[in-house]
Amino acid sequence: MARMKFLCDAERCIHCSGCVTACKNEHEVPWGINRRRVVTLNDGKPGQRSLSVACMHCSDAPCMAVCPVDCFYQTNDGIVLHNKDLCIGCGYCFYACPFGAPQYPSTGNFGGRGKMDKCTFCAGGPEVDHSKAELEKYGRNRIAEGKLPLCAEMCATKALLAGDGDMVSTIYRERVMARGFGSGAAGWGQAYGKKG
Amino acid sequence: MRWTTILATLMIATLCWASPAPAASSDDDIPSAAQSGQVTLPDTWRAVRQGEAGFIAGQPASRGVLIQSEGETWRAARNGKLAWYGGLALVGVTLAIGAFYVIRGKIMLEGGPSGTSILRFTKLERVGHWLTAGSFLVLGVTGLNMLFGRWLLEPIIGKTLFSWLTWAGKWLHNIGGFFFIAGMVLIFVLWARDNLWDRYDWGWIKDGGGLLKKGVHPPAAKFNFGQKTQFWMVIVVGTLVASTGLNLLFPFTLGDIHLMQVMQLVHAGLAVVMVLFILGHIYIGTIGMEGPTSAVTTGYVDREWARQHHSVWVAEEEGKTAKPAE
Repeated sequence: MARMKFLCDAERCIHCSGCVTACKNEHEVPWGINRRRVVTLNDGKPGQRSLSVACMHCSDAPCMAVCPVDCFYQTNDGIVLHNKDLCIGCGYCFYACPFGAPQYPSTGNFGGRGKMDKCTFCAGGPEVDHSKAELEKYGRNRIAEGKLPLCAEMCATKALLAGDGDMVSTIYRERVMARGFGSGAAGWGQAYGKKG
Repeated sequence: MRWTTILATLMIATLCWASPAPAASSDDDIPSAAQSGQVTLPDTWRAVRQGEAGFIAGQPASRGVLIQSEGETWRAARNGKLAWYGGLALVGVTLAIGAFYVIRGKIMLEGGPSGTSILRFTKLERVGHWLTAGSFLVLGVTGLNMLFGRWLLEPIIGKTLFSWLTWAGKWLHNIGGFFFIAGMVLIFVLWARDNLWDRYDWGWIKDGGGLLKKGVHPPAAKFNFGQKTQFWMVIVVGTLVASTGLNLLFPFTLGDIHLMQVMQLVHAGLAVVMVLFILGHIYIGTIGMEGPTSAVTTGYVDREWARQHHSVWVAEEEGKTAKPAE
């Protein structure tokens, strides 16, 4: 089985935020939540780079490890999903996540955060595939249709890569070889590194 | 001289250009920045790995952080040291209390009850006790459930019911905290003076509180040294647990995510310490000893029990008022 991974090529990202918009539109993500975000480093200085980041679907996912109600699960493709019916909105996954992926509909006190929302790698959730409940809670399930995440599909410069980890890294390696510069693949070590 | 320098520079540049040749690297099989010759930003990527924030238009600065590796530290501390040492301590202390019960047995009232009683705690004092104790029981159970429930309770009752219980528990925990704070303030006002060190405490410590040997009853005023330790533990640790708890209730008001992580660890760690102390308190107040429980229910205790355990206090009370207790 394929092991799904994200990779953002900082040498190609032009900070158009097309991935953010594509995601928000495809999944009808509520106001105030962006499952993906584009961060600019060295803004306005030499060496400026932008990176698109969302849930990286880590191998040994910290969110999964700290969740008090065990609402996360990992698919055979390595995609980290969660069950919103079980989520109690405690915020622990946000404290643990290296990428700041978990989002909450409200930032209220008293732990009034609501159910956590995050990138699903366009794989929906535990509800029946393509059901109304799945669409409303988790967004569209493109993986079940044999498609890849829309953010990467829509990326104009093909900076954001999503898919089988081996293919993604092969493409990226070929790019780095061909252009002879610009590597790093920020976050790969953190997400898929040490723990296999 | 000058043209040789230019030539050398060109040669080096050409060499670099011609040999990107990335070999094995640290990040899986992705070539690292250092191995590709040209426009690399090793400092930028290192900074990103260490939590340096970038910029996102229209979003809070904290969202600009790409990699927050402290989260892994927090996870390791919470799921590792806190859960394991906390769990071992809870099991260990419970077993120790059980062993104490088996060896020492229930500490009986010597010579039996006198039949007359004396008012130990007024209604206000009992309200203070139960405001603190009642909320603490709820907070303790729901808090331990947040830390251990997933491993202990969830496999038994199933995910759905467990999630519902934990959700309800979280709300009880959030609200219960305020009752605990109110109780703590009340008992501090009522009992702080009686919990200051006095001349009987040293004797009580030397006699081990009379806990270990039958028939040993070191004199004590209203509270003995053991109770004083318990009291100041509740006040000091309780204040710390309450203040860190308030910080968790109002997240990100005082600081960033790193402060939240530290607050959660301090809160949970100290709360476990508190539970350990209170286990002892509950034991000696109920199954461990004959006589004291009614002090916090009806307010009255048997005069003989009071004489054995709080001789100085009884003498003071009897001196204060000539008329016997109702």
